[in-house]
Order: sequence, then structure tokens, then C-alpha cells
Amino acid sequence: MSLFLRNAGIEIDGRSLIRGVSLSVESERVTAVVGPNGSGKSTVLRLLAGLWEPTEGLAELNGESLTRLPRQAIARQVTFVPQDTRVDFAFTVRDVVAMGRYPHVGRFDSLGDADVEAVNAALARADVAHLEDRFANELSGGERQRVLIARSLATEAGAILLDEPTASLDIDHSLETLELLQELASEGKAVAVALHDLNAVMRWADQVALMNEGQLEAFGAVGDVVRDDLVEPVFGVKVEHVLVASGNETLVFHRLPGLRTDA
Amino acid sequence: MRANLSHLRRRLSATSGGGEAWLSPALVVLPVVSALLAIVAVAGVAIGSTGVAWETVVRVLAAKVLPAGWIDIGSVSEADQAIVWLIRAPRIIVAGLVGAALAVAGTQLQGIFRNPLAESSIIGVSQGAALGAVVAFITGWTASSALWLPLAAFVGAFLALFAVYMIASRAGRAPVATLLLAGIALGAMITACSSLLISLSFVDWQVAGEIVFWIMGGLDGRTWTHVVICAPFVALGLLVAFWHSRDLDLMLLGEETATSLGADVERVRRAVLLAAALLTAAAVSVSGVVGFVGLVVPHALRLVLGPSHRTLLAASALAGATFVIACDLLARTANPPSEIRLGVVTAAFGAPFFLYLLRQRRKEIGYF
Repeated sequence: MSLFLRNAGIEIDGRSLIRGVSLSVESERVTAVVGPNGSGKSTVLRLLAGLWEPTEGLAELNGESLTRLPRQAIARQVTFVPQDTRVDFAFTVRDVVAMGRYPHVGRFDSLGDADVEAVNAALARADVAHLEDRFANELSGGERQRVLIARSLATEAGAILLDEPTASLDIDHSLETLELLQELASEGKAVAVALHDLNAVMRWADQVALMNEGQLEAFGAVGDVVRDDLVEPVFGVKVEHVLVASGNETLVFHRLPGLRTDA
Repeated sequence: MRANLSHLRRRLSATSGGGEAWLSPALVVLPVVSALLAIVAVAGVAIGSTGVAWETVVRVLAAKVLPAGWIDIGSVSEADQAIVWLIRAPRIIVAGLVGAALAVAGTQLQGIFRNPLAESSIIGVSQGAALGAVVAFITGWTASSALWLPLAAFVGAFLALFAVYMIASRAGRAPVATLLLAGIALGAMITACSSLLISLSFVDWQVAGEIVFWIMGGLDGRTWTHVVICAPFVALGLLVAFWHSRDLDLMLLGEETATSLGADVERVRRAVLLAAALLTAAAVSVSGVVGFVGLVVPHALRLVLGPSHRTLLAASALAGATFVIACDLLARTANPPSEIRLGVVTAAFGAPFFLYLLRQRRKEIGYF
């Protein structure tokens, strides 16, 4: 399973969101997409998920252009967890997660045993099984986030793309989610995730795409991208390296507006 | 009421740890609503200025529907037969079709706008259909073919719906305030156009008065011709609605989610908007503007059934038919010998309910 952007860019209403981005998301790896607000992280994920068509360059799934694949076929292989988790209608949590099986069953078919099995497994894995009879519009933001992760797991797609999944999670569930992503990668799935926390990236990701103002600043192994000389100008911060008791290195950031390239 | 219905849904749909629920709300609601529909339909035919015994009603209807000779209605008087089959049956059927069409159109609009306050008469679609129909009336097209009325109404409904969609929707979601404001402005504009056309085109105030009366919504004097005019459109609209029931579920979760789960959002949206316009037009062309049906019915059902469209659409069609037949019965019998306009009766139930929903959402609107 591999997803590629080849020199991809997209313009919406005459405004260029990203341009000239080339990167790959592959099986058995967690690929983090990082960058300041508005740098194009979400756009990268949407192109990879086939939700938006690139207006230049290509987005590919296993070597085939996503634009040429039927929606249903993409849905079986690539799943997307949006940042906007709002649910306006009273679906039960089980209903929402069961929708993850829609790409696999016919328009008027009910879920089969295997589908129900997949839904149950997904509910358990995202730690929302105890919420299954609750209404999704009555959950907290963090709970809803985990429900949407469960729905993506229920699709059993080979690639899972998540747009800032930890943004509304508490510390425990945030760590749990990141662990889950690593676990999914080790099971052979291709994982791509937009994140803000560079410490989380260092700890959980295998490769990193650093976005800045719609362009790919750097792409590669974590150690090659999360470097002071790349991170400091992009975010406009000063990075301090602190050794914590566990022996791991932790980054501490100090605000230095003058460092930001666009300032 | 609201809490009780939600509670009922919770009770019925609670899973006992994994797997399907033992009894789904749909298995309770669909038979209940079907039974209610049968009861109000028979009552609608039986009750009126001249009462007809319900056994007579059932026998005459059965004799007409079943193959000739199965049921003997020789003992039923010609007058009763005429009242049942020629006067009241078509009116009840038109009422049922109008109710089913408006309720399903409302359900679809709420899905496509992701907004439980969307409804044909609230967002100007019924008024658009009425304008189309008025044009057909005053140009005299209706005289050349009975098809012109629903077709003109459809064009009007679709243009109004398209306009309100373009104005109110951002990324597939219409915020309550924007949707209502766009609907009010558009509805007022369209109604003004209708008024202008009516006032300019008629020297004969009696004809103008009839059209104005018709716009208010009513089913007096409906015949089998009206059934034939609207039934095919309603059938087609319902078919398109049911075909897209699963896509509508996905649309409720947002366009991106729907796309990522395999729905072709653009195509679904086109089909559903067309179906909603078709259903509204079919209803308006035989009944005028009958408001709030598509608001009250789906909302009440959603509390018990949940938002999943597979059962919601079917239940909406049945309950919408029941609701309009019952309202029409009230309109005919509340103040004999004159009739109250059907649109007035549905508004009497619907408008307070609408205000109640609006209050529930006042946080979202910002003030109220």
C-alpha cells in the first residue's frame, strides 16, 4: 500500500493552497505532516485521501491516479478522519462506526457477520465500546474524535489518514491514539497524520513532511527533518533540547518572532 | 414528549453488548404508522357532511380495487357509492400523496442542508412551485394539457431550491440563521412575484380569488384527475429518495466524511435536490402551499427512529400521509358547511412547533 503526491498542487477560487508537493505515505510507517497553521497540512491529507483533486501534479494510490479510481474503490483502501467531528443528528455511536462498512456492502444490504465483527473490533480498539448506545451528538469532542477513529478502523482500509486527531483529546487518550497509530503501522497499514506536537512526532512518527506556506520544506526520516535549522525558521521559535529522566530528548520551544521567515 | 420519545428510542435500540438490537424502533413504528394511516383514510372517507358507515366505506373501496365480482355492493345506494368513490376517495388519496411527498421532501432537505429546520414551505421551495403554477394558470397552459401544471411547478420549485442552496450552503452545511434568512427573503420575493402576476393578469376577480384561495392550500373538489396528475411525480420522487437513503445518512456526517466513505457527493446532491423539488412541486400542483408538514413529521419520527434514512424515509411517507389526511378531515369538518383552508390547519400545528425548534437552537443562531 502506498500513496504518492507527485509535484502536486491545488488552487481553489484562484488561491493556491499547496504547490509542488512530492511525498509518499507507505505501509508500516507513520508519516507525520507538520507545519504552522495554514501551511497546507490538511490539504496534503485531503489530496492523499482523494477528497480533493490536485489541479497540478498527481495523487496516486498504488501507482494509479486517484482521480481515475471509483469513489467506492478508494473508500475501501483509504480512510480519512476529519478534524471537524461535529455531528448534528442523533446517530448512535454504533451507527456511526457501522458506516465504516458502507464501502463494503451493497446499497440496500444489511451488515453481515463479518461486518458486525469489524465494527465491534473497531469500537473496542478506539476505546469507545462502552459508548456504543450513546448518541454521537451528545458526546464530548474527544469522545467524538475517538468514535471517528473507530469508524475509520471499521473500514479496514490499508491506509488511514488523520487530520490533527489529538487536538481535542486528553493526555491519556492522546497518547493512546498515538500508540494505536504506531500499532496500526506495525500491522502493515500506511498511516499519515497531521500533528502540531513535535515531541509527539519525534516519539511516534517514522517520517515527517514539514510544510511551510503551501510548500514542502523538507520530507524524510524524523531525524533529518526535525532539525533546529529547519524547524526554527518555519515556526519562528528557538528550540532548546532538554534531556529528561527517561533518557529521551525533549524539545522546548521559545517564541522568537524575528526568526520566522515570513516575518 | 421529546424526552419520552428519545427514551423510547434508547430502550428499543439498546444493544445487549455487541450485535444487532433484538427489537429495532422501526419494527414498532412502521406497523403503528401504517395502521394509523389505514384508520384515518377510512375515517376520512366515512366522515363528512353526509356520514357513511365505515363498513360501507371498506366494502365499496374493496369492491372497486379487487377484481369485479369478488364483492357485491348492490345493496349500497348509488349516492353512497358516488360519495365514497367519486368524491371522498380521490380527495383522501390526493391528501395522502401530498403528505407523503412533503414529508419525504422535508426529510431530504434536512439531510442535504444538515439542518433540521429545512422544509419546503420555510425555505421558499413551495412558494417557487406555486409561482410556477401561477404562471401556468395565467398563460393558459393548464388548459392545453394537465401536465403543464406539475411541470411548471417543478421548474419553479427547482429554481427556488437551487437559489436557496447556493445562497445558504457552505461546504454542504447550511447554518440555521443563514438558511432561514435566505428562505424568508426568497420566499417573500417569490410570493410578491406571484401576487404581481395575479393582480396584473386578471380583470376577473373571481378567477384571481380562486387562485389566491388555491395558493392558501386546500383539497376541496379534488378528483381522480388530480390523483393521476401528481401520483407519478410523487412515485418518482419517492423512488429517488429511497435509492439515496444511505448516501443521505453519510451526508449528515459532512461532505468530506461522505466522500471518504464512498459517496459521490455531487451526484447525490443533484439527485436529492431534484427529488425534493419534484415532490414539492407534485404536492403544490394539486394542493397549493401546505406548510410545515415536512418539518413536523420527520422531526417527530427522528426522535423515535433516529436519523437513519432507510427507515426514516419510509416512516415519513406513511406518517406524512396520515398527518395531511387528518388535517384535511379537520379542515372539512371543524366549521361546516364552509371549509377551513388546509394550509391554515397544518400551519396551526406546524408553526408553533417550528418556533419551539427555533428556541431549542437559539444558541446556534446567536440570539432569539
